[in-house]
Amino acid sequence: MAESTYIERLFQGFERRTSGGMPLWADVILIPLVSVALALFASGLVVYFIIGENPFRAMSIMVNGAFGSAYGWGYTLFYTTNFIFTGLAVAVAFHARLFNIGGEGQAYVAGIGAAIACLLIPWPHWSLALIAVTFLTGLFGAGWAAIPAYLQAKRGSHIVITTIMFNFIAASLMIYVLNNIFTIPGSAETASVRFPEATHLPNAGAFAGFLGFRSSTPLNVSFFIALLAAVGVWLLIWRTRLGYEIRAFGHSETAAVYAGISPVKITMIAMLISGGLSGLMAINAVQGESEQLRLDFVAGAGFVGIAVALMGRSHPIGVCFAALLFGMLYQGGAELAFEMPAVSREMILVIQALVILFTGALDNMVRMPMEKLFMSMRRGAS
Amino acid sequence: MTAPAIELKGISKAFGPVQANKDISLSVAKGAIHGIVGENGAGKSTLMSILYGFYKADAGEIWINGKQTNIPDSQAAIRAGIGMVHQHFKLVENFTVVENVILGAEDGAMLRPSISKARKVLIDLEKEYGLEVDPDAVIEDLSVGHQQRVEILKQLYREADILILDEPTGVLTPSEADQLFRILGRLKEEGKTIILITHKLREIMDITDTVSVMRRGEMTATVKTAETSPAQIAELMVGRKVLLQVDKDPANPGDVVLDVQNLRVVDPTGVERVKSISFQIRAGEILGIAGVAGNGQTELLEVLGGMIPAQGGTVTLHGEQIDLTGRESDGQSRRRRGIGHVPEDRQVEGLIMPYEAWENVAFGYHYDVKYQSGPLMNNAAIKADCAEKMERYDVRPPNPRLPARNFSGGNQQKIVVAREMDRQPELLLIGQPTRGVDIGAIEFIHKQIIALRDAGKAVLLVSVELDEIMGLSDRIAVMFDGVISGERLPSETNEGDLGLLMAGVNETKGAA
Repeated sequence: MAESTYIERLFQGFERRTSGGMPLWADVILIPLVSVALALFASGLVVYFIIGENPFRAMSIMVNGAFGSAYGWGYTLFYTTNFIFTGLAVAVAFHARLFNIGGEGQAYVAGIGAAIACLLIPWPHWSLALIAVTFLTGLFGAGWAAIPAYLQAKRGSHIVITTIMFNFIAASLMIYVLNNIFTIPGSAETASVRFPEATHLPNAGAFAGFLGFRSSTPLNVSFFIALLAAVGVWLLIWRTRLGYEIRAFGHSETAAVYAGISPVKITMIAMLISGGLSGLMAINAVQGESEQLRLDFVAGAGFVGIAVALMGRSHPIGVCFAALLFGMLYQGGAELAFEMPAVSREMILVIQALVILFTGALDNMVRMPMEKLFMSMRRGAS
Repeated sequence: MTAPAIELKGISKAFGPVQANKDISLSVAKGAIHGIVGENGAGKSTLMSILYGFYKADAGEIWINGKQTNIPDSQAAIRAGIGMVHQHFKLVENFTVVENVILGAEDGAMLRPSISKARKVLIDLEKEYGLEVDPDAVIEDLSVGHQQRVEILKQLYREADILILDEPTGVLTPSEADQLFRILGRLKEEGKTIILITHKLREIMDITDTVSVMRRGEMTATVKTAETSPAQIAELMVGRKVLLQVDKDPANPGDVVLDVQNLRVVDPTGVERVKSISFQIRAGEILGIAGVAGNGQTELLEVLGGMIPAQGGTVTLHGEQIDLTGRESDGQSRRRRGIGHVPEDRQVEGLIMPYEAWENVAFGYHYDVKYQSGPLMNNAAIKADCAEKMERYDVRPPNPRLPARNFSGGNQQKIVVAREMDRQPELLLIGQPTRGVDIGAIEFIHKQIIALRDAGKAVLLVSVELDEIMGLSDRIAVMFDGVISGERLPSETNEGDLGLLMAGVNETKGAA
């Protein structure tokens, strides 16, 4: 048996749903690419036939808007940061066969943690504030996931139902919080006061100005925290005993019990980690971008995280690339709506939905023919 | 001479690189009982699935009653008069017998006329073939043997002339199996053709007229049953001589290792599964628990293995109390105390099927210090350990990177056995050690169990295979309805005696 290459080891654990015998690169790179191409083709048909615009021009506006300039990159990577956090959150829970739909609410409530950390203590330096914010946003996100986790583990209440409901509770709670606790004195705006200067995170314009980044985009150092989180999740899932137990539980609860793995413990821990990761998104959006706690700052990132995890096959590397794709769709979509007034905001959502449909739900539609193709190629070669 | 009921000509079927059926030809005469035997993965199920329209053959022809027939789906199979009785019944538990029989064969949108018509037909069929079942009984109230009759009736109602039975006796008591064979004999007299798929050589010898042996996707032989012997069939199946009898020295029991007193298990629905049972196992002794599946053996293994809590009683290992309800009642604590556990269902309990072999070798023992390096798992050490175990336990292919689901049943079981027995546990709990395992692997696993006993360890063996219980055990306890209905020494009992105990009839010793 050949020694596994470094790349193979990196990709270890990409769930291969079939024993179809495709090479790894086809499974993790080719198939998503083909799916995205199909989704864009379908989107092109929508743009052409329903809106009557040139799909190639629309496509080039989107790609250019997202990747054509440092400005575009700044926004794309800012969104990517959000989606890496929420995507990792969903992915970790997925490994325990828990479908955490509550990323939206967990990230939202974690905003309180960011606000407390930034407003209560006069930090001498942003790095210290960042540590505190990371800790508190993780804690608040995990806390918000803890109740659904407990109800699932102990009472068998389905996590999908409870986490969805907790999104609504979080939305109402935050309205209360922003009207009664974190308010701007003498203003009707539902937001907290701005965080002190010392807590502001370095913008990409400050640390990556040599790449052309300017402070006109919200990209900030929390992008690196997202990448660190991805590495951490990879280590957790494939290198630690806890990750081993989480995956085992996800594959078979009966077998987990047989091996002495407590379902209650794993359900709780996996959901706490998942909620904590969702919560970290608030570093980027609250401390990093708005520098104050605002209404509805999550803006759907929690839900996009589900699509990102699905497309990334719950693997940190896949999640990062999927997050980049959705970051591009967000930023490029905004540019498209601006440049082509006929393409409304809702049409952008249609395109994003098509990508989710093709990469997530219709995955097997691409996979099966590809497997057949590889099979016949191999037979032909032998 | 009439045309054969079934004639297969040159059937081939490949799944990817695996050739499941290679140029198979088979001819079964009308009104015959034909057995098909072979190891797991020999291609029996694939062949029958082709005949029943689940798979399409890559090449070959199917002739039914002298006519070439195309069977693209099971509907076509039914039209051609082929009926299949699956190993796992396909019955709706809360429907009555009649409702199950007409399911999928209703005459119209309204049920009442078809039900009353079906009831009449059913009563006639039952009389004709001696298949007594109350047409209005609800399935879940019926015994397993009667449920199987419903499956057969379902096929007869659809006017099947050819019946395929897949491992029909796996879930039956010996007496239920005898009844089934009487029914099959009756069906044969009435001119039905029967194909019996089984791995039990005794059944082949008892009931079939002709028998085909399959090995590695090929039909290696078709012989008249009267002209062959179990040893010859076994040899054809495996491709070498096999030891059908377990070879072992008399036991040399030492001190009491496991002492179970008044153990009770109540399941979450409130049903008492294990009703205050008591027994002991000594060092160097194998206690075999016989019984029809579902009489509390599963729960007994699970409670001793730390999978479910007990509701009463005490268990001691080497005189030390074992926690049955508290923090120390999980599988981890049991393993630390030296209890190995080969579970009854390796695919659902014993292995994580998508996990690679090396990950499965650590399963349950992943807290072992030799598998750790700092905060991370020492994957290299586990892989090395796995490779070494695979070699000693003859797991094929010996590739630690292969997912568990890609191994054959026998090799999956060997992985579990290697993991649980290699640490020389003080007490080994082993359930259905050879279920769905090929003959060669059975021989190997039996030898391992005997070796562990000879090393002075205690073994609790649960099996529904009486041959296995009789061959391996030093003492036999029979469980019926949650209690031990009797205890016997293998030398002083026989299948008839145990069969009665399994059915809950406790007569005095010596009756046969």
